[in-house]
Amino acid sequence: MDESGKKNNRRDFLFTASYTVGAVGLGATVWPFIDQMNPDSSVKALAKIEVDLSQVELGKSITVLWRGKPVFIKRRTKSEISEAQAVSLEELKDPQKDEDRVKNPEWLVMLGICTHLGCVPLANKGEYNGWFCPCHGSHYDTSGRIRKGPAPVNMEIPRYEFVDNNTIKIG
Amino acid sequence: MSDHTYTPSSKFGKWFNDRLPLLSLSAHFREYPTPKNLNYWWTFGAILTFCLVAQIATGIVLAMHYVAHADLAFDSIEHIMRDVNYGWLLRYLHSNGSSMFFLAVYVHIFRSLFYGSHKSPREIIWILGVLIYILMMATAFMGYVLPWGQMSFWAATVITNLFTAIPLIGESITTWFWGGYAVDNPTLNRFYSLHYLVPFLILGLVILHIWALHVPGNNNPTGIEIKQPSKGTIPFHPHITIKDLFALLVFLIIFLGFVFFSPDVLGHPDNYIPANPMVTPYHIVPEWYLLPFYAILRSVPDKLGGVVLLFASLLILLALPWLDRSKVRSAVFRPIYKQFFWLFVIDILVLGYMGAMPAEGTYLLIARIGTAYYFLHFLIILPFVSLVEKTDPLPASISEPVLTEKDKSDVSE
Repeated sequence: MDESGKKNNRRDFLFTASYTVGAVGLGATVWPFIDQMNPDSSVKALAKIEVDLSQVELGKSITVLWRGKPVFIKRRTKSEISEAQAVSLEELKDPQKDEDRVKNPEWLVMLGICTHLGCVPLANKGEYNGWFCPCHGSHYDTSGRIRKGPAPVNMEIPRYEFVDNNTIKIG
Repeated sequence: MSDHTYTPSSKFGKWFNDRLPLLSLSAHFREYPTPKNLNYWWTFGAILTFCLVAQIATGIVLAMHYVAHADLAFDSIEHIMRDVNYGWLLRYLHSNGSSMFFLAVYVHIFRSLFYGSHKSPREIIWILGVLIYILMMATAFMGYVLPWGQMSFWAATVITNLFTAIPLIGESITTWFWGGYAVDNPTLNRFYSLHYLVPFLILGLVILHIWALHVPGNNNPTGIEIKQPSKGTIPFHPHITIKDLFALLVFLIIFLGFVFFSPDVLGHPDNYIPANPMVTPYHIVPEWYLLPFYAILRSVPDKLGGVVLLFASLLILLALPWLDRSKVRSAVFRPIYKQFFWLFVIDILVLGYMGAMPAEGTYLLIARIGTAYYFLHFLIILPFVSLVEKTDPLPASISEPVLTEKDKSDVSE
């Protein structure tokens, strides 16, 4: 290899090395400016709540706020449960068994947020006796599954557990 | 800006201008050769400049009294309305000002479409204009969220949820936007910060927009290219300044008519109810100037599809100078395009009306036809018409149509 070729190689290496170090440094500098917009520690700290269910009557539901979102807790009647269980999976846009959406069939716990664009659906409305979203017309059944309208998937089931018979912990 | 020939008369002026040629710039604006046949549709550029400055001015003083916090924002707006000296006036100027801004920008855009101002050599002016328009929509949306009423909250929820439609990363992007798991105080805070920032970005783009305009000079109603300066042009000052001022005065009469006589008619009463994340209002509609795009969003029964079409309907505007390939600019000399131009205007108005109606039954059907036509206009009609259309003969100069008409009337007398 001649003298000039060597020089070029050394220079290329220096260029590549400086660009790489520069890019890593720029990335490391930019990241805090981007990440500051993610949920902060105080928002994350509110991630779990306990709810007392003893006051909820059969067929009624309550709405609680969890992580700034409404959670529907519905105590379903026998007929609502059987209606939800009787639906065959082929009829569903987002096939899911009712059994897979509840821990105890009497209690349906789900995020009260339409999976289309985030409005809060109205209870006991719509063509499937479940919920109806007034914003863009999505119909949900008694299991909170999407049956008709623009929403792509069923209403989300949050992580929750029964602490005892009358209390659940969401989150 | 090629005229560096200006020499200030005073010694100090010359000294200063040699170091920072501000006086040359000002001379350029006074002498800027403008086609002498511009009609009143050309005054909206000046009106829009006024709107931007007015929004920034009222916005800066409103920011001295507004509190960007989920618990305090709504009350601070009421505080502005009831306690702050002239607070009601400043807020109504600002909120109605955004509507007037959009009214003017729509006239400005359709003027461009009619007279072919987006065509070569003015493509960059057009693209900058589309970017300004998109930033305007973002600014208006974020500003609408700040009062933290029911419409604010649910508009923020629905619009930010558009991004959840993005496959795989949609959820995390939306959480990042929100700074939480739903629209809440962090969202309000960052919207306030950005609502203050973006108008200055718009101002920067406006400067580039005007700069790009001053390179080839104004288009004109005949659409033919003119030499500048020439017999076809007049100096910007005082001819155009005084005409723009007159148009601005008429515009202000309408603007202040809203402000003083029906300041809330363009808003939504639900926004005087404090934000409540547990209850969605029965009928959510965006502000009137976003309705056609809202209709496009809702006309698609698929979530991702609707969002894609919404963004496509804006981005397609960037490609317009290359979709409409006709060499003739002005619709005055394009008999077929002229018809389709008006059909397109009607389509936008119909889409706007459908956006305000519930998305069901006949409304939905019409919205779908309107959406299809919107894309048909850009992707099929414009390229096809510009290919087959036989255009009318262009005048030799911008004076010719006026002079020949005068000849005709002379004969008839």
